[in-house]
Amino acid sequence: MWFPDHAYLIPLIAAASFVLILFFGKRMPKKGAEIGITALSICFVMALATNVQWFSHVNSAEHEAEVAQEEGEAAEALVSSESTGSATEPIEFEVEPSRASWTWWQSGDVTFSVGMLLDGPGVMMLFVVTLISLLVHIYSTDYIGGDRRYTHYFAFLSLFSASMLGLVMSETTLQLLTCWELVGLCSFALIGHWWEEKPNSDAALKAFITNRVGDVGLICGVIILFFAADQSFDIVTINEMALNGEISHLALLVASCSLMAAVMSKSGQFVLHTWLPDAMAGPTPVSALIHAATMVVAGVFMVARLYGVFFQGFSIGTSSVNPLVVIGAITVIGGASLAFVQKDIKKVLAYSTVSQLGYMVMALGVGAWTAALFHLFTHAMFKAGLFLGAGSVAHSVHSFDMTEHMGGMRKFMPKTFVTFLICTAALIGLFPLAGFWSKDEVLSGAQQLGGEGGYLVFMVVGLVGAFLTALYMTRCIYLTFFGEPKGHAADAEHPPHESGRRILVPLYILSGMAIITGFANLPNSGVLSGSPDGASLRFEHFYEPKGSYFPSVLETFDHPEFNVLIALGSTIIGLLGISLAYAWYWKGRGPHGLTSRNKFAKAGYTVLVEKYYLDHLYTGIIVGAVKGPIARGAYWFNQKGIDGVVNSAGVAAVKSGKFVYERIDQGVVDTIVNASGSAAGGSGQRLRRIQTGRVQQYAALLFAGAAILAGIFIIVI
Amino acid sequence: MDDLLLNQFLLLGAVLFCIGVYGVLARRNAVLVLMSIELILNAVNINLIAFGAFWGSITGSVFALFVIAIAAAEVGVGLAIVLLIYRNRRSVDLDDVAEMKG
Amino acid sequence: MVAQNVFFYLLAGIILFSAFRVVTSNNVVHAALYLVAVLAAVAAEYVLLAAEFVAATQVLVYIGAIIVLFLFGIMLTRAKLGSDQDLTHPHWALSAATAVVMFGVMGYALVDQFHWTATPLPADTRLVSVDGSNSATVSDSVFTAYLVPFEVVSVLLLAALVGAIVLARKD
Repeated sequence: MWFPDHAYLIPLIAAASFVLILFFGKRMPKKGAEIGITALSICFVMALATNVQWFSHVNSAEHEAEVAQEEGEAAEALVSSESTGSATEPIEFEVEPSRASWTWWQSGDVTFSVGMLLDGPGVMMLFVVTLISLLVHIYSTDYIGGDRRYTHYFAFLSLFSASMLGLVMSETTLQLLTCWELVGLCSFALIGHWWEEKPNSDAALKAFITNRVGDVGLICGVIILFFAADQSFDIVTINEMALNGEISHLALLVASCSLMAAVMSKSGQFVLHTWLPDAMAGPTPVSALIHAATMVVAGVFMVARLYGVFFQGFSIGTSSVNPLVVIGAITVIGGASLAFVQKDIKKVLAYSTVSQLGYMVMALGVGAWTAALFHLFTHAMFKAGLFLGAGSVAHSVHSFDMTEHMGGMRKFMPKTFVTFLICTAALIGLFPLAGFWSKDEVLSGAQQLGGEGGYLVFMVVGLVGAFLTALYMTRCIYLTFFGEPKGHAADAEHPPHESGRRILVPLYILSGMAIITGFANLPNSGVLSGSPDGASLRFEHFYEPKGSYFPSVLETFDHPEFNVLIALGSTIIGLLGISLAYAWYWKGRGPHGLTSRNKFAKAGYTVLVEKYYLDHLYTGIIVGAVKGPIARGAYWFNQKGIDGVVNSAGVAAVKSGKFVYERIDQGVVDTIVNASGSAAGGSGQRLRRIQTGRVQQYAALLFAGAAILAGIFIIVI
Repeated sequence: MDDLLLNQFLLLGAVLFCIGVYGVLARRNAVLVLMSIELILNAVNINLIAFGAFWGSITGSVFALFVIAIAAAEVGVGLAIVLLIYRNRRSVDLDDVAEMKG
Repeated sequence: MVAQNVFFYLLAGIILFSAFRVVTSNNVVHAALYLVAVLAAVAAEYVLLAAEFVAATQVLVYIGAIIVLFLFGIMLTRAKLGSDQDLTHPHWALSAATAVVMFGVMGYALVDQFHWTATPLPADTRLVSVDGSNSATVSDSVFTAYLVPFEVVSVLLLAALVGAIVLARKD
């Protein structure tokens, strides 16, 4: 158990690599890339060793439990000759997580500790993060070779990996929060890597600020849990107390809702997902890292980590419709439909990630913990492969635009094409690739968990999502690799060429993983119930926590079984999507030009292109309403003086609301959301009069208010 | 009248506090407003020390020390701001500084 | 104990009179000097409460440093030396009313809660200490239980230092 017990060294090595690159990188012959690659290689090897030792740890725990059970049975058999336990029943056993803990600081009586809590999900994430990060490092040496901030880029890649590795083995919620913020910071730096161009720095800011919204939720959740769990930040303690019913349901519900906000922003769930597609402004390897291994899965991982809290808080497993499953389902459909209208290959993949994250959150919402984490695992492999493949194509045509500069790329880049095809098939979920197994498990979870078909609706949503996935990915393949070369791809003087080895090798590895990782959790039920014990459900066996801090102690926690109908159904639906897209693009069948002829279809298309107008809502309406009308209001105030406003409160509210409505109508198109805008503007109008700009008047209000409050307290108490 | 009472310190603090509040509200010179804020902070410190003595706890003294440290920082930054205002408009009259009027 | 009481009222008188002059004086420099008197008398009150370390800090930091800063501020802003009628708002009565109301609320609460005779301070207000002073106790406390706030304050001071320089320097 040396490696699991010392796994905290892994993030430390990556962090040390950050410091080394920052200080010595520029003087190294390869500008610091070699430090990062060496460090990450060490991390990867250590993560592998950790996995291996963890497997034997789990197996020995199971073996001990088996022996104990047999002894118990033997003892029982002496008393009564009946055999009580059937041989097929899985044996209950606990696996002790690897832990380490140090005092970070203390204030008064409260001690804050840092430490390591390494169990199944952490071990799994160690493997995913180090593998993908290492591949991204190697890939980047070619992809951004010769860049002006090459060294800083590698430094931040290292820090990014370090913070994510720290996050997955956090012992306390406070540590989780710290690493969470670090991940956000690194993503900000990397998305804005080419900050000289305005859209890039805007995208970085957007990612950062959108994540701030969710971070507030995380902080609130951490604080609520701290006080609810008798002043403890310890994740195991919090989960145990939540599962034992020592924390009131209300506190858990409020905490879960707060944490939900964090998941929505970090893991790109609907309404707060808008930063994710914009984050494509960063270098492609960074997108791969963000979308596969770090950043976005942090939210899913956080839910998985604090699953006891969510399980009780949202009453998962008792067929109640909870925010997790609803938001997840909306995201599945919303993300997939947006992916369909994108012209930028990376944005297709970005929305695809949004949609796939929806699956994971939905799976967590229905109680299929293992399915969610398994999907995270397989998705990391093929999505990283897709991003790196897209980067490989873009590297040779110098554009991400599928409709303008790509097409027919399969002739120029056959190797990239094959890997991209494999990863796409895995994403669509074709048998027997990775996505087939994991998506199927999510769908089975929605079908079987939560009592009497409690989540059946969400299974349908999942199937529709699978259909859409097949459609947009086939479209993406067609536009990129088939048809006639266009734009840069058709440039006769500089024809596109296959990428170099440092780009191709990571692609091979990832597409290989996309083929085999699905078998990591081969089902052992339904038609596949004959599969050998040592080969089936390995993922669940090794990576699902077994202990008092995980909901498996509860009756309502269950695993879905393999359902051949769902498996067949989702495959057929996937194939249907592919063939529809095939008929549309390759054969030119179907009502082409529908969007230009049919008003209704055109409106739908526009809504999708405008990304459901969410960005308009955020920047146009909310920011605009706070900024624009107030500024205009000040002007208007100067013009008309105070008399116009000083009416009765109701009249003033109506007037100002109407006024803002008229002004805003000219600047912003969308009329639906105007109501909220005018409300904000109206209240701004009213509040403005207090703002005389005189400090002492503010101070007078402050002191008078304090005196009145104190007076009230004296009277009341 | 022969024991020191907790309340006499607290009331002294209260009076000092209110004098400070009056100074903050009534003075026009920014430097004088900052001085009045010092009066308020001292009033708070008297309370802290008095309660510390009353409960036999050292925490009151420690907090008073922190208040003094923060007061020093506040005066430094405050006077820098006043200086900047003076440099820009040749006056430290707070009535002239109403740029933030909504 | 009578002597302590006598000193208390003497110091309280100095504090209140000087504080009153700080907020009413028509001369900025006089106000600053009255502030010195307030601070010194408050330091003496601390000694009465057996908090000599805080008293020493009060003298060093407040009278030694902050007052000097104020005097610099007064000079650099070229305040009118001598009497200046413009230092107080014309509607000062309103401010006075606010202050009086505040005192009413606070005074009522204090008298209601702690009464006059019921809450004497412990006869031996000297806190647990090793060598007859409470400085050791204060430092023990600052460097163990309150280490983190202490470090945070040092960062705050650094930030204030940098901020003050950035604000006040001439570009």
